[in-house]
Amino acid sequence: MKGNEALAEAAIRAGCRFFFGYPITPQTELAAYMAKRMPKEGGVYLQAESEIAAINMVYGASAAGKRAMTSSSSPGISLKGEGISYMAGADLPGVIINVQRGGPGLGGIQPSQSDYFQATRATGHGDFHLIVLAPSTVQEMTDYVFRAFDLADEYRTPVMILADGMLGQMMEPVVLPEPKTEFPAKPWAVTGHKGQRTHNIVNSLHLKPERLEETNVERYQRYDRIKATEQLAEEYRVEDAEIVVVAFGASSRIVRSAVNKAREKGIKAGLIRPITLWPFPADAISAATDRAKAILTVEMNMGQMVDDVRLVVCGRVPVEFFGRAGGIIPTPAETLAVIERIAASLEGGAR
Amino acid sequence: MAASLNMLLAGFGGQGILFAGKLIAYAGLIEGRELSWLPSYGPEMRGGTANCSVCLSDEPIGSPLVLEPDVLVAMNQPSLDKFIDSVVPGGKVIIDSTMCQRLPERDDVDIFPVPATQLAEDNGLKGLASVILIGKLLREIGFCDPRTLDEAIVKSVPPKKAHLLPKNRKAFEIGMLNEDGESVPVCSLPEDWSVE
Repeated sequence: MKGNEALAEAAIRAGCRFFFGYPITPQTELAAYMAKRMPKEGGVYLQAESEIAAINMVYGASAAGKRAMTSSSSPGISLKGEGISYMAGADLPGVIINVQRGGPGLGGIQPSQSDYFQATRATGHGDFHLIVLAPSTVQEMTDYVFRAFDLADEYRTPVMILADGMLGQMMEPVVLPEPKTEFPAKPWAVTGHKGQRTHNIVNSLHLKPERLEETNVERYQRYDRIKATEQLAEEYRVEDAEIVVVAFGASSRIVRSAVNKAREKGIKAGLIRPITLWPFPADAISAATDRAKAILTVEMNMGQMVDDVRLVVCGRVPVEFFGRAGGIIPTPAETLAVIERIAASLEGGAR
Repeated sequence: MAASLNMLLAGFGGQGILFAGKLIAYAGLIEGRELSWLPSYGPEMRGGTANCSVCLSDEPIGSPLVLEPDVLVAMNQPSLDKFIDSVVPGGKVIIDSTMCQRLPERDDVDIFPVPATQLAEDNGLKGLASVILIGKLLREIGFCDPRTLDEAIVKSVPPKKAHLLPKNRKAFEIGMLNEDGESVPVCSLPEDWSVE
């Protein structure tokens, strides 16, 4: 199954019955799949007139208590930024897929990881975060979408799946989850009070600064809970690693190959793959730093996640960066060369 | 059979490159192996060159992008010229010799020219040259059981195009059985295998 199709099928099985999108390469297969499948499931597939309209439709469906999703690729996500901020402000769950391509601007259509800052820092204006999950296989695309809907409902926050063109376009075997049949209650949803309860209000406008501050403080308490309980990272050959490579998504696969080759050459390399980009898996990286002599961050951009890594490492060991941008996927060979160079410099230092 | 096999298939858009790659991928899926299929997408798909990376392995697959193929299937001269130097020493190169006049000069790889486009035309199988080449590939390196590949064909031909199923099987058979003098088959057809 193609990655983009897996994202769509998993969403349907997670109970998503409202999909709003606008076509853009390289995520178009997702919308095409939804167009075919959704009506058969009694759901709504709607190609909106723009990305902005699509995200606001997600806002509406979510406010009514329904599981809703939109998807796009980098330039389209920028357009959705305003709506995502409104969702965060109104504490609405929802899933947003970003199948990244190279930027800035229209950029290109080849795979990239250049929206890390946007996803983890400022998807829109205002003080807020999204939960951001970064799959690295088609199976994980499936599993994380499923998980994303649950996280969104649990914490009443939009959740983003940060994928890229490579993962969206590739096919791998996938085991699909059983369709979800039980969903959490949403007593806050605006579904009509029928004279039986007080009004529910879904809104992100609070003109009194004290009230607005309260909502921010409450939201950040929730973020603290998320940071404490939802950090996820995969560790690969890290136990005795002297050089710990940090990479997420597509680039983590390249690093995994490079780590294996480095081990064959006697270099103690390992990989930490952040699964949640926000909350950033600081605990895992910090623990690995205690044993490591150097950290390398590999990304398909000019250096974004490396900032988060440096904050965690906090000067304890050197942190290096290697990346390719513009839609180019780094090769295992060039990544291995960087690992070897670091290994050589470590040896030099010991002498 | 090698523990892992990285293949690159390349040609013009419309020659069936992606479909041929899917056949290999499905065969891997049916036999329960790890696999990945990664197409080029975008401008190439709209009339230019198309290529696709297919990895089969017994281990989880790292990079799905094949840069140093064990197997290159080239369906036109530009693709052959572009990728021939990247093939690993000892690799296999299957070439549609109807479309490629200049064969590569490397002597550290095994080269198998097959006039696939011509064979397809002669047998009323226009557009199925890529499946002939997959037949040839299977014959040379035996990446799966031939019956598995037949199953993959059945799985990959959509129901709406069911009338093309016999033609696909025929193309596969031509590729499997084609003699060109130089090749030594490493996998032979099971006795009970036949094409309907």
